[in-house]
Amino acid sequence: MNNTGTEQAILEVRGLHTIYQTDDGVVKAVNGVDFSINERETVGLVGETGAGKTTLALSIMRLLPERTGRIPEGEIIYKGENLLKADKEYMRRIRGANISMIFQDPMNALNPIMSVGDQILESLVIHNEEKRSGEELNKRVDELLELVGISAGRKHEYPHQFSGGMKQRIVIAIALACNPKLIIADEPTTALDVTIQAQVLALINDLQQKLGTSMIMITHDLGIVGKTCDKVAIMYAGEIIEFGTAEDVFNGEKHHPYTVGLFGAIPSLTSEAKRLKPIDGLMPDPTALPEGCKFHPRCPHCTEECKTGEPYLYQKGEAYIKCNLFREEK
Amino acid sequence: MNKTTGSANGVKVVRKKKSRFREIWGRFKKNKSAIVGLVLFSIVLLMVIFADVLAPYSATIEPNIPVRLQGPSAEHIMGTDSFGRDIFARLVHGSRNSLLVGIGAVFIGMVIGGTLGAVSGYYGGKIDNIIVRITDMIMCIPMMLLVLTLVAALGSSLMNVLLAMMISNIPGYTRVVRSAVLTVVDQDYIEAAHSCGTPNRWVIFKHIIPNAIGPIIVQTTMSIGSMILNAAAISFLGMGIQPPTPEWGAMLNEARNFMIQCPYMVFFPGAAIGITALGLNLMGDGLRDALDPKLKD
Amino acid sequence: MSRYIIKRLLFIIPTLLLVAFIVLFIMDLTPSDPGTLILGDNAQPEAIEALNEELGYNDPFVVRYVRFIWNAVRGDLGESWQTGRSVTSTIAQRLPVTATLALGSLVFGSVIGILLGILSAVKQYSILDFFSTTLAMALGAFPSFWIGMMLILIFSLGLGWLPSFGAGGIKNFILPWATAGCFMISSLLRMTRTSMLETIRMDYIRTARAKGQTERKIITGHALRNALLPVVTVLGVSFGTMLAGTVTVETVFSLPGVGLMIIEGIRMKDVPVVTGATVVLAAMFTVLMLFVDILYAFIDPRIKARYAKK
Repeated sequence: MNNTGTEQAILEVRGLHTIYQTDDGVVKAVNGVDFSINERETVGLVGETGAGKTTLALSIMRLLPERTGRIPEGEIIYKGENLLKADKEYMRRIRGANISMIFQDPMNALNPIMSVGDQILESLVIHNEEKRSGEELNKRVDELLELVGISAGRKHEYPHQFSGGMKQRIVIAIALACNPKLIIADEPTTALDVTIQAQVLALINDLQQKLGTSMIMITHDLGIVGKTCDKVAIMYAGEIIEFGTAEDVFNGEKHHPYTVGLFGAIPSLTSEAKRLKPIDGLMPDPTALPEGCKFHPRCPHCTEECKTGEPYLYQKGEAYIKCNLFREEK
Repeated sequence: MNKTTGSANGVKVVRKKKSRFREIWGRFKKNKSAIVGLVLFSIVLLMVIFADVLAPYSATIEPNIPVRLQGPSAEHIMGTDSFGRDIFARLVHGSRNSLLVGIGAVFIGMVIGGTLGAVSGYYGGKIDNIIVRITDMIMCIPMMLLVLTLVAALGSSLMNVLLAMMISNIPGYTRVVRSAVLTVVDQDYIEAAHSCGTPNRWVIFKHIIPNAIGPIIVQTTMSIGSMILNAAAISFLGMGIQPPTPEWGAMLNEARNFMIQCPYMVFFPGAAIGITALGLNLMGDGLRDALDPKLKD
Repeated sequence: MSRYIIKRLLFIIPTLLLVAFIVLFIMDLTPSDPGTLILGDNAQPEAIEALNEELGYNDPFVVRYVRFIWNAVRGDLGESWQTGRSVTSTIAQRLPVTATLALGSLVFGSVIGILLGILSAVKQYSILDFFSTTLAMALGAFPSFWIGMMLILIFSLGLGWLPSFGAGGIKNFILPWATAGCFMISSLLRMTRTSMLETIRMDYIRTARAKGQTERKIITGHALRNALLPVVTVLGVSFGTMLAGTVTVETVFSLPGVGLMIIEGIRMKDVPVVTGATVVLAAMFTVLMLFVDILYAFIDPRIKARYAKK
């Protein structure tokens, strides 16, 4: 789509591990994730529920639940600075101003007893480094509302007076308020009606093009990825098991068996198949992950070597696949 | 993270379906303060059961003037009152009356109020409207005032205090049970039962009561505690059990006049009331968390 | 909104009528009559009967009820059988004491209860949290009149700092305020803590964090206002409990308020005094609950909107 920006990585994640310490044991939610995102680029993060996508997003924002969530190792580098080493105050300034987030469920993402205008304004006030006057900030609120397709006259209304799709537009306006460099959209359309989904998605896409923001699009919907993303990362059990351009992942020849399974699980207009092929089995319990390749209990191509040790890392340019199937190719 | 995805490779065996009671007990016993509550209340219950073993009843009634107003000693571990009666003995025997009023008022109130609430919530319509209006209005009178006026009208005695507290307990239970039933009635499985032609009676006993019982049990445990407090307050005001029958609130009423010389006379009965109510409240909290883990903080 | 308020104000009238009915009905069961009380037990039965007839005591209940309401509307709650004094003027004289006690305890109880509730939720699992929840449990379990007596033992008799009885000045009210406030601290602390913990876990708090809002402003600006909504309701109810509890607290501290008036009335079987004072306290409670309802609508735009539509 648009890959015209300079090939400068805006955010780099290296060897990220995130765990939750719960009463039932240590939940290994993210297990060694590496990827980077360039300016003006959209990376799609795809996987089933429980693959660790949201945890990855919250780790980048450093918004993990304080008591349970921990990042034992890894680096998250934004503009040359490791965010995992940054102090709380630095991180607070990054959030909203540089990296912002659109949440999954717009129904609960807005404060019910604060007018929507005030909630957008709040973001501007927090990061008002240029010391703009209140009047200017209010004008910016009107501008933002119009930008997401809501009449500025409704800014004094409360969240309960808006529909789900409208609320998500307001959440988007909040995320865009301070012209962030990177937006993390965590399944922004999952909670919406199908007809509204398309509208909101088109809006996000449109604004991203217009404003030149980078974006991480988290979704379990491959259709959305195909429409919006430049690069795709497929996540399974807290790992990125396949990464590449949208072209690689959608039309390339080599795929991780899980990716093949994912594509088999969506209906296609062109193929002749009468039935969908679901992936057998369930996502492993994150408190007790299997040894070796984490997909091996469900993999149709599983061999003895898959059950122990890390799977082979097949690389081709920027793209990679973590699977022993491609070992002999070298 | 979604942890309900279960076992991928047999590491976690699918949990066997435990009986509901054992599951609740399992959660309850993990809760330290709930266990403290259970222990406290068990001590009080043992005291109620073995009162006659701990001290003869005669010691609580018969005056023994030569030893009046003595502080705690080896012979009278909690001292003696203005008639020379052993405070420990009175405390032990008083537990029966205090608990009787508390538990009695709650249970009878629960049965009557619960029935009204269940009828109201299940049938709805006019009956519901009338019952709700009346309970709302009765609840406009603070409970303690209602009990006081009732006792004033009926006369001071143990039975009348019990009766008065029972009556004033009814509206609260009507309300709790009604709302519990309403939330259950709205569930799909009740509609499913109706759509199969299950008779009303069957639906109420088989589906609604077992599912609405949680909030009722919690309310019961919690309110026995506050009923004991209210009963004590009534007796303290001199309107409950008449002397020389031992009862904690009444003991405090008598002790009030000797507060300056004999603080211990005030201390022990109040502590007994507090420990009993504390035990019940802690148990109630624990039960609430155990019955509905979602509510736990 | 104003229509809602008017509607609620109108609803007060049948409520008060019913409250008066219940109180009158119960008091009517009292084995006491004005003739005996005024003339004494040894008087001629005929004389007692004649006086009862004259005072309208022998009229049917409904007639007496209507008469009571009719007079009450004009500010006359009858006369004491015992002393012949106007009940209205006695209440007017004693109400300031009860009001001082109730309002002072309300302020004391709600400030401490809500403040500790917030702190223990924000610092969950800390020592402060443990201390606060234990305190709430204890204050809720021990009878307030006993706590009052313990306070007297410590601060009046032990240390001699504060007076233990009477209603002279502020000093006289410190211990009663603390005593009556105990129950409020207990229920408000627990409610605020639970509500606050629930609110902190809401998605919109995460949204505020994602905006880069400071932790302090998230607590004061977003969490607190939302968390206090259910607390307001509990505040109303526990104020009612406290209002009734003033009866025992006034007894402990010998404060000449409306509560003590009810107790004395009951002892003397002085029906008009008990009826009048109880109706006044119940009316105060009803009006307060109405006020809480309206206040609630003002802080929660969702509820306000619901009423505006109706």
